[in-house]
Amino acid sequence: MKKKHVSKNVLTLCAVAVLYAVIAYMLYSGGLKRQVTNMLIPTSVYIVLAVSLNLVVGLLGELSLGHAGFMSVGLFSGCLVSIALVDVLPTPLRIVISMIVGGLFAAVAGLIVGLPALRLKGDYLAIVTLACGEIIKNVITNLDITGGPIGLNTKPIYTGAKGLLPYAIALVFVTVIVMMNLKKSKIGREIMAIRDNRIAAESIGINITYCKLAVFIIAAFFAGAAGCIYGHAFANVKAASFDYNMSIEILVLVVLGGMGSVSGSIIAAIVLSVLPEALRGFSDYRMLAYAIVLILVMLMSNNPRIKALREKLKLRRSGRKEGAA
Amino acid sequence: MTPQLIPVPSRGLFTERDAGKKPVLECVNLGINFGGLAAVEDFNIMLGPTEISGLIGPNGAGKTTIFNLLTKVYQPTHGTILLDGIDTYAMNTAQVNRAGIARTFQNIRLFSNMTVEQNITAAMSVDIKYGLIGSMTHMGRYKAEEKSARERAMKLLSIFNMEGYAKSKAGSLPYGAQRRLEILRALATDPKVLLLDEPAAGMNPHETAELMENILKIRDEFQIAVLLIEHDMSLVMNICEGIAVLNFGKLIAKGSPEEIQANPDVIEAYLGKKKEA
Repeated sequence: MKKKHVSKNVLTLCAVAVLYAVIAYMLYSGGLKRQVTNMLIPTSVYIVLAVSLNLVVGLLGELSLGHAGFMSVGLFSGCLVSIALVDVLPTPLRIVISMIVGGLFAAVAGLIVGLPALRLKGDYLAIVTLACGEIIKNVITNLDITGGPIGLNTKPIYTGAKGLLPYAIALVFVTVIVMMNLKKSKIGREIMAIRDNRIAAESIGINITYCKLAVFIIAAFFAGAAGCIYGHAFANVKAASFDYNMSIEILVLVVLGGMGSVSGSIIAAIVLSVLPEALRGFSDYRMLAYAIVLILVMLMSNNPRIKALREKLKLRRSGRKEGAA
Repeated sequence: MTPQLIPVPSRGLFTERDAGKKPVLECVNLGINFGGLAAVEDFNIMLGPTEISGLIGPNGAGKTTIFNLLTKVYQPTHGTILLDGIDTYAMNTAQVNRAGIARTFQNIRLFSNMTVEQNITAAMSVDIKYGLIGSMTHMGRYKAEEKSARERAMKLLSIFNMEGYAKSKAGSLPYGAQRRLEILRALATDPKVLLLDEPAAGMNPHETAELMENILKIRDEFQIAVLLIEHDMSLVMNICEGIAVLNFGKLIAKGSPEEIQANPDVIEAYLGKKKEA
C-alpha cells in the first residue's frame, strides 16, 4: 500500500514531465500553433494556483476565496523588483529572484489573511478571504507605484513563452512536489487531522494556530510566485483582473479536480484552460457550452455509479500491487 | 511556569502498588459555573501513577464536564488541577496533552478520512523530530522518523490485534474498532494519565470483557494511570481500584468498589430514596 502511494505520486510527476517535454520540444522546434503557445504560461500558472489552493481547501478543509489576491500581491511585488533589476542582473537570475520576492510578499499577505482564519471557519472565513482579496485588489489599483488603474507597464520585463516556459515548469514541479510531500508528512497529517476533527486534533497536542498559519503562508507563497511569472508573460497587468471571479475560477479547478488530489488539480487546470479555446467552434455559444461541460463533469464525478466504478478500479489496482509485492 | 505543590489532606485511595509515590493527577476543589449553574463543584480526586479509577454517576452528573476541565476544553472557574505536581492553569488543550493527559471521547472523534495508521502517527507529531521544511522536502530526518513512527504505530495496533486495519480509512471501521482506535490514538501521545469516556459504550459483553483485559494490559505495559467514565457496572466494579461517584456536579462518594456498592448515598443517587414506611 505504501508502495502504491509512492508510485502514484511518481506517476503523476512522470506524466507532467512527459507532457512538458513534448510541449517544450514542439515549442522550441517551432511546431506549436500561436494559439497554444499563448496558453502555455497561463495554464502552468493555473496549475500552480490550483495545486496550492488545494492545500487550503482540500487538506485544511477551509474555503478560501482570496487566492487571486495573493497572486496579485506576488505579481506586482515580483514584477516591480524585476523591473528595477532589469539592467542589473542577467535574466535567469532576475526572474528567479523576482519570483522569490513575489512569493515572500504574498506569504506575508497570507499570514495577515491567515490570522482571522484562526477564529473563523466555513462560510465566515470564505467571506473574510473574499473581502481580503477585494481589499488587495483595490489597494493595488490605487497605488501609484503599481501604475494605478491603467495597470503596470511590464514591457521592459516581458518574456515570451519560449523564455518563460523553463521557469514555469520549474515552479510547477516545485509546487507539485512540495504539496505531495506535505500530504505525506507530519505537518500534512496534522493539517488533515484539524480538517477531520478540530477538537480531537487539539486533544492529541496539535498546535492548530501554527498549522493553519503554515497552510495559508505556503499556499500564498506559491500563488505569489505563480503571479510573478504571469506578470512576465504580458506587457501590461491590471490589478482589476485579479478579482473574486478569478479566485472562484481557481476554486472551481480544485473542486473539479477533487479535494485534496494533486493530480486532479493538475488535470482540471489543464482541461479548463484548454476548454474555452477548444470550444471556439461554438462561437457565440462558447461560454454556454463551457458552463454545460462544467455541470456535466460535476454531475458525473458525483454519480454513485461512476464513483463505484472508480472504487473498483482503485481496488483492482491496489490488489495487483499487493500481489506483486 | 513554576511547579507548585499544594498541601492536600490525603483524600486519595492509593493502591498498594503506588504506595509512597506522588499522585500523577490531583484535583483540588475543582469547579466550573456555566452562568449561574454550578456544573461541577468542589471536585477532589487523587490518582496514583498506575491506578485505574472510575468516575460514575447518573446522566448529567458532570462526568464528561470533568474530563473537559481536565483537558482544558473548559477553563475551570474554581480550583486547581495538578498534573505530576504542575499546575495546568495556564495551559490549553494541546499543551495539557503534551504535558501528559490524553483522552477519548464519548461520541467517537476519529480523523475519519485518514487511515488508521495516519490517525495514530498524527498523534505522535510531538515526538516526530522534523519540521515544516522536512515536511515539504522529505529531506534530513524525514525517512528515519517516519519509519520509526510507523513501527510504533504498528506496535500500538498490535495491542488490539488491529494491524490488518492499518491502511483502512478510520471512518470505515466497525464501531468497536473505532472505539479501540481512539484509545490507541490517545496512547500514541505517550500520556501519563489516560481518560476514557465510556470506552465500553455500544459494545457487547464479549467485547467488554476483552476491553477490560486490554485496559489492564495497557496499564501494566505503559505504567500509566487510567480514569474512566463508564455506565457498565461490571466493567467498573471489576477493574477499577478506586471509584468516584458524582451526582448533580458534586462528589457524593469515593472509595473501593466494595465500599461504593454498599454506600447508601450512591444507591439513592442511582435508584432514588427509599419510601418511608
